[in-house]
Amino acid sequence: MSKKKLLVGTLLGLWLLTGVVSAGDSTTLVQSDAAKAAVQAPPPKVDSGDTAWVLMSAALVMLMTPGLAFFYGGLVRRKNMLSILMQCFIALAVISLQWVLIGYSLSFSPGNGFIGGLKWFALKGVGLDPYPAYAATIPHQAFMIFQAMFAVITPALIIGAFAERMKFSAFLIFTVLWATFVYDPLAHMVWGVGGWLRDLGTLDFAGGTVVHINAGIAALVTAIVIGKRKGYCKNPTPPHNLPFSVIGAALLWFGWFGFNAGSALAANGLAVNAFVVTNTATAAAALSWALLDWIFNGNPTILGTISGAVAGLVAITPAAGYVGIGGAIAIGLMVSVFCFIAVGFIKHKFGYDDSLDAFGVHGVGGMWGALATGLFATKLINPAGADGLFFGNPKQFLIQLAAVAFTAVYTFIATLIIYKVVDVFVGVRVVDEEEAMGLDLTQHNERAYTMLE
Amino acid sequence: MKLVIAIIQPHRLDQVKEELYKEEVNLITVSEVLGHGRQKGVTEVYRGFKETGNLLRKIRLEIAVNDNFVEPTIKAITKGAQTGKTGDGKIFVLSMEQCVRIRTGEKGGTAIG
Repeated sequence: MSKKKLLVGTLLGLWLLTGVVSAGDSTTLVQSDAAKAAVQAPPPKVDSGDTAWVLMSAALVMLMTPGLAFFYGGLVRRKNMLSILMQCFIALAVISLQWVLIGYSLSFSPGNGFIGGLKWFALKGVGLDPYPAYAATIPHQAFMIFQAMFAVITPALIIGAFAERMKFSAFLIFTVLWATFVYDPLAHMVWGVGGWLRDLGTLDFAGGTVVHINAGIAALVTAIVIGKRKGYCKNPTPPHNLPFSVIGAALLWFGWFGFNAGSALAANGLAVNAFVVTNTATAAAALSWALLDWIFNGNPTILGTISGAVAGLVAITPAAGYVGIGGAIAIGLMVSVFCFIAVGFIKHKFGYDDSLDAFGVHGVGGMWGALATGLFATKLINPAGADGLFFGNPKQFLIQLAAVAFTAVYTFIATLIIYKVVDVFVGVRVVDEEEAMGLDLTQHNERAYTMLE
Repeated sequence: MKLVIAIIQPHRLDQVKEELYKEEVNLITVSEVLGHGRQKGVTEVYRGFKETGNLLRKIRLEIAVNDNFVEPTIKAITKGAQTGKTGDGKIFVLSMEQCVRIRTGEKGGTAIG
């Protein structure tokens, strides 16, 4: 213990020292600049390494949505495969447009505590110079496009709850409304300048509340109100292609490095920490779920293992920039326990048909991740963060709890209202006959697999 | 002329083919089918949810034979497919009205072999 303290002390000392040295450097620089130009401070400088990493990360996160499509697609019956791929892919298209037109402005432009304004409508004023309140070393548009990919995947996550029975037109309207009235305000509250949850001191490194609890609770609501699939629990609905799900999960794991390590918004040590703990927590969670399967269901299953991996990715998301590998392993091992209980027992006890466990994995895993951030966070990893309960700051845990509770309540109510509105205007659920035939044929007039040729 | 239809376990196909070749029965059609008998299918577990009554994978053989080949064919299939456990399968023998070889237009017993 004393050795550890010594090491920590030394590291802190070194860090302070470098801080002082670099501060000295910049002072000299500013002085000489001022002497030369004799004008105001120079505009913030774009760092090429940081920009390259954030752009690359945006591309990695983009790949997660098609990855999710295959993860989900493999789990549905063959007659609904294309509907899942289509819903994910079209989300990529419509939310990308919604984002550059109004979404980014509503989420990140200065506004009140709950929502940004329309000042940045159609990216007006969002240029190629850095916007230091969010990221001081990359062009503002790099931050914007990185955030766009988060806005795309979040509504796509909800698809798992109402898979195999939602009308495509209803899905489109629901997704755009949900992104605008649920995702954008919440992103503003947690990440936007002036957002009240941000000012409260909520730690959410890469989107545990904004992305996962948000999508997870929305999934629970839609699964309940849209109702069960016909013959649920009576007719077997085994996954039609688990290898697709494995490819999807692998793409999610891969893309998540952009999601979490990219959220450092710089190619620095914090990004490396996020990368390492993301991989570590995911590995722990995959192994943990496989073992739970082995103990309680007799065999370790590939579906359990990939579900564990995704749960681990979800749980480490809010914590990635604030915890070390010890915290990451604990977060990963435990998330599978909670999600295993949620999908294996709670879902069947209450009888809602969260078809692909969007709530069971993203909602439950996201809540555990957000709360665990309040337990395992430490300033030794990120001085700009906060200490958690296990590092002597119980207040942080309460802040996390408040953020989780607020997110859950807000999302629950707002999603319910949006669902009901869409249901009144276009009707959300397909008719029974269309459900029996499958959404591929009835919604898209296509078939994923042919029998001949 | 008879049509022999047999439902067997997928993992016994190679042995059945071998036994059929020994009896000089060389013409077979094989398809993958789903079904179950007394064991009422298999139980699969997905995320802790047990799905019972799933159909089992089986192999279906169709063999058209002249009457003197019926017994050797049954013998070969039985020998190749028998394990003594539930699920070994069934053999059905149906009488067959006609057989035509498409290439030559030959009919009846000569068209079979």
